[in-house]
Amino acid sequence: MEPHLYLAADANGASSRSLTITLFLIFVAITLGITIWASQQTKTATDYYAGGRSFSGFQNGMAIGGDYMSAASFLGIAGLIALYGYDGFLYSIGFLVAWLVALLLVAEFLRNSGRYTMADVLAFRMRQRPVRTAASVSTIVVSIFYLIAQMVGAGALVSLLLGIKPGATFLGMDADTAKIATIILVGALMIVYVVVGGMKGTTYVQIVKAFMLMTGALVMTLLVLAHYKFNLSSLLGDAAEQSGKGAAFLEPGLRYGVETAGDAAKTFYSKMDLLSLGIALVLGTAGLPHILTRFYTVPTSKIARKSVLWAIGIIGTFYLFTLALGFGAAALVGGKAITAQDKAGNTAAPQLAQALGIDYLGGDTGGAVLLAIIAAVAFATILAVVAGLTLASSSSLAHDFYASVVKRGQASERDEVRVARIAAFVIGAIAIILSIFAQSLNVAFLVALAFAVAASGNLPAIIYSLFWKRFNTSGALWAIYGGLISAVFLVFFSPVVSGSATAMFPDSDWHWFPLNNPGIISIPVGFLCGWIGTLISKESDADKYAELEVRSLTGFGAH
Amino acid sequence: MTTEATPTEKYLEVQASDEFAGLRRKLRNFVFPMTVAFFLWYALYVLLSAYARGFMSVKLIGNINVALLLGLLQFVSTFVIAWYYSRFAAKEIDPIADKIRDELTAGAAARGAAARTDDATETGPEVAK
Repeated sequence: MEPHLYLAADANGASSRSLTITLFLIFVAITLGITIWASQQTKTATDYYAGGRSFSGFQNGMAIGGDYMSAASFLGIAGLIALYGYDGFLYSIGFLVAWLVALLLVAEFLRNSGRYTMADVLAFRMRQRPVRTAASVSTIVVSIFYLIAQMVGAGALVSLLLGIKPGATFLGMDADTAKIATIILVGALMIVYVVVGGMKGTTYVQIVKAFMLMTGALVMTLLVLAHYKFNLSSLLGDAAEQSGKGAAFLEPGLRYGVETAGDAAKTFYSKMDLLSLGIALVLGTAGLPHILTRFYTVPTSKIARKSVLWAIGIIGTFYLFTLALGFGAAALVGGKAITAQDKAGNTAAPQLAQALGIDYLGGDTGGAVLLAIIAAVAFATILAVVAGLTLASSSSLAHDFYASVVKRGQASERDEVRVARIAAFVIGAIAIILSIFAQSLNVAFLVALAFAVAASGNLPAIIYSLFWKRFNTSGALWAIYGGLISAVFLVFFSPVVSGSATAMFPDSDWHWFPLNNPGIISIPVGFLCGWIGTLISKESDADKYAELEVRSLTGFGAH
Repeated sequence: MTTEATPTEKYLEVQASDEFAGLRRKLRNFVFPMTVAFFLWYALYVLLSAYARGFMSVKLIGNINVALLLGLLQFVSTFVIAWYYSRFAAKEIDPIADKIRDELTAGAAARGAAARTDDATETGPEVAK
C-alpha cells in the first residue's frame, strides 16, 4: 500500500480524513526514521532483544506506558465510560493497581536474574528445554490474543474514523476491503519496526507514541474541564443527564454485576463475572510478556524500579484523563450520537475531540483538526502496541525455543537474532491472517482474555520461581500448562464463544461455563497446579536456588 | 561474566549468612504484607461495587458519590504505596544489597585473577560490565 494513494484521494475526501492520514503518515515517517537509525545501532543480541540495556528510568517508564496504553485503554475505556458510566472506570482501576504486583514482586528480581525473556527466570533452576518450551508457548498464546485485539481494533477504527460506511467506497475499496487493507498495512508496518529496529527501535516508537497520547489526552481533558469551569460535579451531572440513564450512570452496575430482578442465578453469575474480571485485570499485568521484557532494557534493577514508578505515574495520570474523556463524551456528544457511530463506544474519544474542536478551536475546521489529531494518535497507539507484542513473542521463540530447545544452547548470537527476525515476520503474518478472520470479535474481550491467560499461565510460575525454594521443573510445567489450558478451555465453553448474541459463533451453542472471564477459576487453578506439580516431583535444586536468590536480591552477575 | 568465577558454595555461603538473611527478611516483611494489603483493599472495592450498590451510590458532594471517591482512592493508594516502597527500598534494601554484591564481585575478580595466574591456558572470566 503506497502512501501517496491515500493523499491522492484527498480532493474528494473530508478535510479531517486527509489530515488524519497526513498526520498518521508523518508519525509513520518519523518512527520509520527512528527505526532505521536504531537498526544501525543494533549490533549484538543484547541490542536486539534489550535495546542495549541503555535506557533511562524515565525513557523506559514512557515506553512501558506506550506498551500498556493500548487501543483498549484509550478508545475502549473512554468508550465504556461514555456508554456505561462508572463501570468503565473499573477497568482503569484494575489496570493501574496491577502495577503494584509488578513493582513489589516481579520487576527488580526479573531484571536481576534474567537476560532477554520471561523464560530466563522461569528456567533458571529448572530443566531448560521443557520449561522454555512451555514459557514460549504461553508467551505466544498471550501475545497472539492481544495482537488480534489490537489489529481488529485498527480495522474497525479505520472505517469509522475515515468515514467509510457499509456501501460507501474508499479508494475504490468497500468497507470490508478497507478494513482488511488496514489490518495488512498495520501488520506490515509492525513487522518492519520489529525486524529492522529490534528493541531499541521499538522502545523509541513507544516513547514517541506515549508522548503523543498523553499530550492529546491532556489537551482534551483540559478542554472538557474548562467547559465545566473545573467543576467535576457539574461534569458528572451533565454526563448522567445526557447519557439518558440518570443517576445510575454514576454508580456501578450498568454493565458489570447486572442485577436481573427475579433471576437469582443470572444476577449471581453476572456478579461473579465482575469479580472474575477484577482479579484478571489486577493479576494479568505482571504476566504479560511484552511488559516483562521491558524491564531488561535498563542497566540495573534500581533503574527498573524507577521505570515502574514513572510508568505508574504516567499510566495513572492517563487513566484519570480517560475518566474526563469518557464522562466528557457522554455529556458533550451524548450516548445516542456515540452508539449511532459505534455500538461498542470505541469512537467516543474521537467524537469528543471533534465536538471540543468545534466549540473551542474555531468551528468545523477546528473540529476536523482535533478529530484528525486524535485519530492519528489512536493509530499510533495501535501500531506501537502491536510492535511491542510482536517483539516479545518473536524474542521468546528465538531465544527460548530455537536457541535453547532446538539448538540446545549451541546457537550463536548472530544466528539467534537472525531467527528472532524471521520469527517476528512469521508471527506478524500469522497475526495478520488471524485478525482478518477474527474481525467480528469484541476487542475489549480479547484484551481481558489476554490478561486472564497471562495471570493464569505466567504469573503463578513467576511468583513460585522467585520465592519458593521447593519449586521445580514439574511444578513450572504444571503451573504454565494448567493455568494456560484451563483459561483457554473455559473461554471456549463460555458465552463469549457460543450461545449468545454477541458470541463468536452466535448461531451455535455449546457453552456451559456461565462466565465471560475465566480468571476467577483459572488463576487459582494455575497456582494450585504449580503447587501439586511441585510436590509430586522429588526434584529440587537447592544450589541453583541459592544462586537465583542471591542474584535476584542483590543484582550480582546481572546481565 | 563474574558469575562464572563464582562457585555454588559461595552462593550457599552468602545465602546462609546473617546479612543476606536480614536482607531477605526485610524485603519479604515489606513486600508480602503490602501485597496482601493492597490486594484486599482492591478486592474490597470490587466486592463493594458488586454487592453494596446502595452504599456506593450515596452522594457526598454534589454528584460525587462514594463509588467515585473509593475509585479515586485506589489511585491515591497505588501512588502512595509505589512512592513508599521506593523510599523504603532505597533506604533499607539497596545499601545491604549493594554491599553483598560488591563483596561478591570483588571475590569473583580475585578468583578470576588467581585462575589466570595459575593456569594461563584457561580463559579467564570477563570483568563484569
